[in-house]
Amino acid sequence: MARIIVITSGKGGVGKTTTSSALAMGLALRGHRTAVIDFDVGLRNLDLVMGCERRVVYDFVNVLNSEANLTQALIKDKRCENLFILPASQTRDKSSLKREGVGRVMEELSRGFDYVVCDSPAGIEHGAMMAMYYADDAIIVTNPEISSVRDSDRMLGILAGKSRRAETAATPIREYLLLSRYDPERVQRGDMMSVDDVQEILSLELLGVVPESKAVLTASNAGTPIILDKESDAGQAYSDVVKRYLGERLPHRFIETTKKGLLNRLFGE
Amino acid sequence: MDIAAPHSQFELKAGTFTLPLLRLLDTNMDAMAEQLSDTVEQAENFFHNTPVVIDLNDISGITVEFPMLVGLIRGHGMIPVGVRGGTTAQHEAAEMMGLAILADNRQSSRTISRHKSDSKSGSRSNSQSDAQSNVVPIKPEALTTTLVNKPIRSGQRIYAQGGDLVILGQVSSGAELMADGHIHVYAPLRGRALAGVKGNENARIFCRDLQAELISIAGHYRTSENIDTRLRDQPVQIYLEDHILRIEIF
Repeated sequence: MARIIVITSGKGGVGKTTTSSALAMGLALRGHRTAVIDFDVGLRNLDLVMGCERRVVYDFVNVLNSEANLTQALIKDKRCENLFILPASQTRDKSSLKREGVGRVMEELSRGFDYVVCDSPAGIEHGAMMAMYYADDAIIVTNPEISSVRDSDRMLGILAGKSRRAETAATPIREYLLLSRYDPERVQRGDMMSVDDVQEILSLELLGVVPESKAVLTASNAGTPIILDKESDAGQAYSDVVKRYLGERLPHRFIETTKKGLLNRLFGE
Repeated sequence: MDIAAPHSQFELKAGTFTLPLLRLLDTNMDAMAEQLSDTVEQAENFFHNTPVVIDLNDISGITVEFPMLVGLIRGHGMIPVGVRGGTTAQHEAAEMMGLAILADNRQSSRTISRHKSDSKSGSRSNSQSDAQSNVVPIKPEALTTTLVNKPIRSGQRIYAQGGDLVILGQVSSGAELMADGHIHVYAPLRGRALAGVKGNENARIFCRDLQAELISIAGHYRTSENIDTRLRDQPVQIYLEDHILRIEIF
């Protein structure tokens, strides 16, 4: 049975798709059979970030409507044979997602994969509800600013009340926090919330802090999950996230400002 | 939010209304008729089709000629809907005339008007109705204390019907706690807490760390900007004393 992971946030633009692609690629690179699903029906993006937009034939909605089977719709990643992408439909809307249909697809994926990563749309409407309903684990992507934190808090309340695990009184969804677009210098100056500020409100298990990085945009535009860019701090942060998710205990990086020595200041970038 | 739900024909919801109260001071129907005419004459439009509640508190136990009274009120264009106060005998007579017996709760009338003015500011009327369906009713058999050991997240509402509410986790801003009795929060309270929502003026709120957006006891409320900053982040108890909300550091 696969573990179903939802990447969610409430707020838009915080890095859900970036995280979904990085986490899925990271898990697959470590030998786990992984599927990543785009739940943002009508505004599909995951295929672009994964660099497979020109290979989409069938999509998630086709599978839900039994117009195609899963093996036809799943796109195998060219960089990692353990990774498969199920793109969203760009021509339909979120009402195509029916709970029973999504349940059927999840069950089928569960049989063939170790992990199923669900990339949730923003908001708390139907699409987001469908993405999180069958989840075993939830990664809450949050930016260090108050509106994002509050939306995450709201999403946590929904996870605790409206998921399948909540409705069947099973073990609750495991909730993790991923803090993205973190800028230690701005935190130090006091114009960005710190990890502690965010944790005071959300108090979740911290899966990782991903620093604000130009490399993320570059990677997205190139259709390469950022985790493959091992030089960038964001890529390294996502590698840590994957390891921590799989149970490794690692100290958190990228929280402090880098103290530059004299030589570094003279010859550094 | 339930996807498979069929289209329902109606929703059952609670609403609060402020109604004019006709407080009877005597039972002389002739004098009543005269005074009523004079009053209505001054503002006919105001009384036209207005539902009114008859207050019997000052004439408790005295026989009222309800058929006459109802006729008089209707004759002036108003709609008598119920009575408040009075004795069982009076209630029986009122029921004969199709009047409802309303709970004699002076507090509740104050609560209503407060809530009214609150929602008029527009800030919460919307979320109120929207969130109404999210209220988690505590099972009716659990009529004493409700204990919650999880954090209460933004947008969640917990209502302890008929008893006290004890919360062990933090209460996020945007969350709402309600109890007919006391509310205890053993973690930061950042959301709203409304104790004694059915009018119990003896209800209290206890919290370890006061950062609340709004606190209310039996309808007497205070928003965070009206809470003394020296009381913020402090362990406090909140109670009513002579209809005034008191916040006291432990």
